[in-house]
Amino acid sequence: MSNDLETLESGVVADIAAASDEAALENVRVAALGKKGSISELLKTLGKMSAEERQVQGPAINGLKNRVTEALAARKAELRQVAVAARLASEKLDVTLPVRQSPAERGRIHPISQVIDEIAAIFGDLGFSIAEGPDVESDYYNFTALNFPEGHPAREMHDTFFFQPDENGERKLLRTHTSPVQIRTMEMQKPPIRIVIPGKTYRQDSDATHSPMFHQVEGLVVDKSANIGNLKWVLEEFCKAFFEVPSVTMRFRPSFFPFTEPSMEVDIQCDRSRPGEVRFGEGNDWMEILGCGMVHPNVLRAGGLDPDEYQGFAWGMGIDRIAMLKYGMPDLRAFFDADVRWLQHYGFRPLDMPTLFGGLSS
Amino acid sequence: MKLTLSWLKDHLETDASLEQIVERLTAIGLEVESVDDKAGLRPFTIARVLTAERHPDADKLQVLSVDVGQGAPIQVVCGAPNARAGLVGAFAAPGTYVPGIDVTLSVGNIRGVESRGMMCSERELELSDEHNGIIELPEDAPVGQSYASWAHLDDPVIDINLTPNHPDATGVYGIARDLAASGLGTLKVPASPAFEASGECPVDVSLDFADTPSLCPGFALRLVRGVKNGPSPKWMQQRLLSIGLRPINALVDITNYMTFDQGRPLHVFDAAKVKGNLTVRRAAEGETVLALDGRDYKLNPEICVIGDENGVESIAGVMGGEHSGCDENTTDVLIESALWEPLNIARTGRSLGIITDARYRFERGVDPEYMVPGLERATELVLDLCGGQPTESRVVGYAGYTPKLITFPVTEVKRLTGLDVPGEQSLEILQRLGFGINGAGYVVDVTVPSWRPDVDGKADLVEEVMRMVGVDKIASTPLASLDAVNGRILTTLQIRTRNARRALAVRGMMEAITWSFIPEAQAKAFGGGEIGLKLANPIAADMSDMRPSLLPGLIAAAQRNADRGIGDVALFEVSGTYEGNTPDKQRRVAAGIRRGTATLEGAGRHWSGTAKSVGVFDAKADAFAALEACGAPVDKLQVEAGGPSWYHPGRSGTIKLGPKTVLGTFGEFHPDTLDLLDASGPLAGFEIFVDAIPEAKQKPTRTKPKLELSNFQAVKRDFAFVVDRTVEAGSLTKAALGADKKLITGVSVFDIFEGASLGDGKKSVAIEVAIQPTDKTLTEEDFEALAAKIVANVSKQTGGVLRG
Repeated sequence: MSNDLETLESGVVADIAAASDEAALENVRVAALGKKGSISELLKTLGKMSAEERQVQGPAINGLKNRVTEALAARKAELRQVAVAARLASEKLDVTLPVRQSPAERGRIHPISQVIDEIAAIFGDLGFSIAEGPDVESDYYNFTALNFPEGHPAREMHDTFFFQPDENGERKLLRTHTSPVQIRTMEMQKPPIRIVIPGKTYRQDSDATHSPMFHQVEGLVVDKSANIGNLKWVLEEFCKAFFEVPSVTMRFRPSFFPFTEPSMEVDIQCDRSRPGEVRFGEGNDWMEILGCGMVHPNVLRAGGLDPDEYQGFAWGMGIDRIAMLKYGMPDLRAFFDADVRWLQHYGFRPLDMPTLFGGLSS
Repeated sequence: MKLTLSWLKDHLETDASLEQIVERLTAIGLEVESVDDKAGLRPFTIARVLTAERHPDADKLQVLSVDVGQGAPIQVVCGAPNARAGLVGAFAAPGTYVPGIDVTLSVGNIRGVESRGMMCSERELELSDEHNGIIELPEDAPVGQSYASWAHLDDPVIDINLTPNHPDATGVYGIARDLAASGLGTLKVPASPAFEASGECPVDVSLDFADTPSLCPGFALRLVRGVKNGPSPKWMQQRLLSIGLRPINALVDITNYMTFDQGRPLHVFDAAKVKGNLTVRRAAEGETVLALDGRDYKLNPEICVIGDENGVESIAGVMGGEHSGCDENTTDVLIESALWEPLNIARTGRSLGIITDARYRFERGVDPEYMVPGLERATELVLDLCGGQPTESRVVGYAGYTPKLITFPVTEVKRLTGLDVPGEQSLEILQRLGFGINGAGYVVDVTVPSWRPDVDGKADLVEEVMRMVGVDKIASTPLASLDAVNGRILTTLQIRTRNARRALAVRGMMEAITWSFIPEAQAKAFGGGEIGLKLANPIAADMSDMRPSLLPGLIAAAQRNADRGIGDVALFEVSGTYEGNTPDKQRRVAAGIRRGTATLEGAGRHWSGTAKSVGVFDAKADAFAALEACGAPVDKLQVEAGGPSWYHPGRSGTIKLGPKTVLGTFGEFHPDTLDLLDASGPLAGFEIFVDAIPEAKQKPTRTKPKLELSNFQAVKRDFAFVVDRTVEAGSLTKAALGADKKLITGVSVFDIFEGASLGDGKKSVAIEVAIQPTDKTLTEEDFEALAAKIVANVSKQTGGVLRG
């Protein structure tokens, strides 16, 4: 009898091992442990056995059943693993295939807009607001109110864009600087005034370093005590923050502008010994970077303020120029060409937003 | 303004070095643009020709043996006709850069004979145009020494970039006065000219402006008879050459010298060529003159001239006439020293296109009080250099100078600059600059000298003190904090502008900045072109009109990229457009275009799916993204079919808030538009009017409305309606939404189908309706009832029937 059991067991075990999928294994299980399976049939014989016989055969047959059950489970697990492995193998993809760039990675912010944001971040921290004004201006706001004398060369056609006279006979012009906004602000707002004015400006000029349209940023502080010492501090703080250097050396030279008195031009110390690169805070060169001065008494008067009570300072510089200096862009004309290769290279990613807490530039 | 160091020292007693002087000039507002220290002339040494023999192989060349002052004599091949034994001249050794021929010498071999250097002409050293022979120096010139320093040719040249307000610094004397006032030496006051004048000037002068304003505030004239007009002396020629002027003859050189020495332009007439008396007047319309530059100028009554019985002899204050100019044969000379209206001179110079040293000074304003002394000094120079007998001067039209008076509280210096300068020091500085001080204490009366027409008020005086004390003495002082968080840095419009930019860039578009002016035809095609926005003086014909829209500039930019081989581009711009010439007519617009296959997902072919050509819906999505970023109430906006004429009439839309407020337009472009712009598609674009979006009400807090979350399951049901092809999907979804505003939370269109099976002119629109029960779970009957309401509402509003 025990030989029979051994024969049966080795047969079932061989069948289990031979089952190549879950269905075949199930057939083996039914043939062995099903209602009429070979082992089930053996179990049924236990009832007819004598007690002694059962004592021997019981554990033998049950042991057989348990071993076969375990072998079935083991084989089942084995087969599932093989099946999963086969499925996974069949699902393999070539992950080296390139994915599409997300729109946010492709988009670009123009360097001018980015630099204006940088300027706003810095001056916002110093208590300034951003002011704006129209591009199409009157002679009064662009010249007269800013103390340009009659006959000043800037008032001529070779410097300034004028419009055809309109139906009222008035001849408007394209503002040559952002300074008209000084007057517009003083008309609207009582001191203390702390504003910076970025915007488009226009001059009748076109060559490698001049563009008929360009961008300026202007600053104005008017209160009862603002003086040249404060002006120096503001400009030094701005240049340090903007160019992201720990210190800058600036040289203030007396100069002349109709709308400021005293007037100064400001040079910044730099190193230009490497081609195509300007480094601030080091070197032996001076580069002119902005004009500034105390607001001319006539300009304060034009803004409705008494120059003996109020005083202030103003400065102006080219946004395009400081952008070129900071980011090493060689040619001004490319700013307005919308060449996507240029925008891709010199433009900024849309989520690189200049802030003082998150870093001005990344 | 150029000057040399030795010239400056004619007027300034100083021990300061060139470097100190240059630094101080810049510090006081006379910005030094460049300094030529003449180092280039240093290598040229004095040498003596010992022997000169005929070159064996060339008739015109000689082989010289030259003593250069050290070592053995050097062999030089020379072609100069005057090269001979015993000549002392200027020698350049190999390695020397010779400026006049722009060559660095090397050891040469000229027709088989070695040459180890060069004997130079004046032109080779850029000393003059003389090139007929090599330089000949006196016998006793010290061989071996630097030629330039022996001959005083190493006088450094300083070039100053003058601001327009400093007419006093257009002369070396004025510059010396500024330097002296700043404490860098002492001004040398010139001796008064002393000569014997006799007899009246035989030529009379009259100012004849009839009933028009006078253009000549003063005119002084004198005749000097019996002059001998040859070349001016070497020292004067050298100075003129160093500042870039060509010596002509003594009389002309004297006028140029005075122009630069004193900032006092003069004119000399050859008296023999002047017919009758002189009249200062406006030119007649069409009158012409041949000027000293050899060109004919056509004049008009806006131009002031000096005429005689021959006609115009000189364009006042700008340029003399050729006819009465002085040359070597001049024996009697009329010297003119006059004053002219600065504005008129500037206009004349510009209209005739003449830039001269005289115009440069007269348009800034020449010292009126030096008109007569200038004539005296010029006369003295003429007598010194050319001899002759002067008459008395004639002076007409000059009313004298009344100084401007400024009440000056000395505390202004501190108030405006922050500089702590004692009052006495401020006043002393002003006095050194020629200002008069009346009174004492903190408030004084200051009179302005005749050479400072630019000084008008207190602030100007502060500038004078500041530049003399030094701007570098002003300590940088923190601007007082406003002691508060800076709450409002940007205006709403600025915030929207910024948000629109970032939102569009995040959609894969690149920001362009295009010209504000566009060609007239484009302006007209986009609704602009009105006369008040047309430039009178455009820089180019295709930059003539202020743009009424950002689209033409962007389309042109896309086409430029396409022409470079990059056809899939997505560009945007957020900037101004112009509807009129007043500030309120400048709009703030965000616009964008997509070309080729530059869709949101990407452009071009890709293994995962090739991008489709861009179309109206790409533009619509961009427009809504920009509107949302600008804070527009996008859920309240309506889209109407059709847009302005530059769009495809069947593939464009207008975005409105309420019946009147247009917030934007979008679409594909009309073929005529593309033809006009010379552009090709596929192209789609949009414009939104950032300034037209109503500003949200300022709320005291930023609390968001309470979030109500339902506990009941949300359900989605699909419907397909057959409607007329002309029915807009928007009205269908609106009808479905309107069936039950409480239960239906959203309707989306998931399929559009047109086919013969539906019948002619019909289409099927499939929608998915989102239903959110709020107070109970809906039963099948509830759904049936809701579906019936939806079908009924759609049928009522669009004529649609449920597709069977």
